[in-house]
Amino acid sequence: MLYGLCAVAGLITMVVIAEVVYQVVSGASPAISRFGLGFLWHSTWKPNFFVFGAGEMLFATLVTSLMALALATPIGVSIGLFLSMLAPRGIRGVVGPLIEMLAAIPSVILGLWGVIVLAPFVQQHVEPWLHGVLGFIPIFGVAQTTGLSVFTAGLVLTIMVVPIVASLSRDLFLSVPRELQDGAAALGATRWEVIRGVVLPSTSSGVIAAALLGLGRALGEAVAVAAVIGGGSALHASLFQPGTTLAARLIDEITSLDNKLHLAALFYLAVILLVIGVLTNLIAQAIASRLGNQTMLAR
Amino acid sequence: MSALPDPTAPPMDDRPASSLPDPTAPLTASGNLRRRAAVSRLLEIVATGSAVLAVGVFCIVVYAIASRGASVLSFSFLTTDPSAPGVGGIAPAIVGTGVIVAIATAIAMPLGVLVAVYLIEFAGRRSGRVVRTALDLMNGLPTVVVALMVYGLLVVDHGDSAIAASIALAIIMLPLIARSSHQVLLLVPGTLREAADALGVSRWRAVLGVVLPSALGGIVTATILAAARAAGETVPLLFLTSLVVGNTVHVNPLHAMYGMPYVVFQDLESGVPSGIAQAWGTAFVLMAFILAANVGARVFLARNRSRLGL
Repeated sequence: MLYGLCAVAGLITMVVIAEVVYQVVSGASPAISRFGLGFLWHSTWKPNFFVFGAGEMLFATLVTSLMALALATPIGVSIGLFLSMLAPRGIRGVVGPLIEMLAAIPSVILGLWGVIVLAPFVQQHVEPWLHGVLGFIPIFGVAQTTGLSVFTAGLVLTIMVVPIVASLSRDLFLSVPRELQDGAAALGATRWEVIRGVVLPSTSSGVIAAALLGLGRALGEAVAVAAVIGGGSALHASLFQPGTTLAARLIDEITSLDNKLHLAALFYLAVILLVIGVLTNLIAQAIASRLGNQTMLAR
Repeated sequence: MSALPDPTAPPMDDRPASSLPDPTAPLTASGNLRRRAAVSRLLEIVATGSAVLAVGVFCIVVYAIASRGASVLSFSFLTTDPSAPGVGGIAPAIVGTGVIVAIATAIAMPLGVLVAVYLIEFAGRRSGRVVRTALDLMNGLPTVVVALMVYGLLVVDHGDSAIAASIALAIIMLPLIARSSHQVLLLVPGTLREAADALGVSRWRAVLGVVLPSALGGIVTATILAAARAAGETVPLLFLTSLVVGNTVHVNPLHAMYGMPYVVFQDLESGVPSGIAQAWGTAFVLMAFILAANVGARVFLARNRSRLGL
């Protein structure tokens, strides 16, 4: 009897996954049959002319997520090292939960803060500075008037990804056997050499998996990005221009549909998100299970 | 640095000497100890700086919400209906969030615990692996995709309703509760189960009477954390329950209801000053709920742990 209930509950999880795939794909099928795979790189999006393409959104999604990944991985791993090896017990007990609570801030609140506090600051200080110092690289163009830009979106995503990478990598580093570290230290290795020589090599695949999980979160984030990315619709080399991502476009337009094909095109965007999300997740799981560390994905 | 092999040292076995760290190398004075110590020091500073940065960002965000939200906050802000979107109190949104999250929890908690019990007590190697993979995939689904699934399933035909949002939130909560409960159940000592077996207690009574009670603290903590996470989700509210009729409090989940995250989102999109003020006030209330739930869950878990002597 209890076995039956439990088995049904286990089945329900699989039914939900199947249902997600079915609903999203069937909702998108008019758009899939009309635009095919060309949808992925065509970048005209004109709902009232029945023309849809996800190219520039896919581009902005990748740019913001990779920017978040590039910033959040080193910061998150450093925090993981601090929490697992450097911080005294008392500080660890305070800083750890605070960083986990950073992950608990709802994305809409981060979006509100991003628009009203972060974006003006970025526009007045960070973007002009980066343009001045690194302006010869085209991605650091001239700052726009609002501060709502791909760059700001990347920063907000970084804030969301850092706690994920930090808490996962802390748990990984704590699982490295103490004896190995002590052994290296006894041979005269400094702290950095212990970390370089013992801790990081034995956890590197787990760290990669953690970064991928963070990437998955960044790719699918909608509300905070929609708030701060500014919603332009052209491909720009500069990070300081506005743009829009897959998820952001989806939530911007789902309540103001022009026609049936528009809804199907939005479902198609969700199909892309679903594929990317499932892929990053499966790769992260494969890496983590090759590591033999099943527990790390539990959070 | 320290791992550089000493070229004069004899190889210890037939592998090439360069692949073997020479155990005596760190003990030989190489003259660069000061540099090694400086590199190590630099790393400590970078790591500490990163942690300070993250805590700093958290404090800045919380301070911004507190300073801007507190001036909006009043008794009537919490208890009155808005006179127009973006103006006045947020009572319907507070009630709405409460109802939607309560229903989602009522769906997700039993299911999540059952899945965890299945994984611990009944699953074979393969079926356990499949269910765990399904949970991980569910956990990795973007919320927009979950919300769009429920949109296609329910809202396209039946219109917006609070219950649709609850179902989407339950899908978001289920893997969180199941995985954490699984972890807690793993900690239940095997001796407890064996004692129950020795007394001739049937499997399901052992689970209900022995295993679950000793893991209850962890399960409750996981549920509170998952509910706090669900309470802050905007996308399901936007997709599934945004076409609200009227500005007054109601508790019928078959109709659309406001939720606090959606109010913040709507005010932010509208961009009018009164709306932004309401958004900060709503963000303050929501954030207070979520932080209280997080702190409460941690304290509860710590007390529970010490009581069980884990």
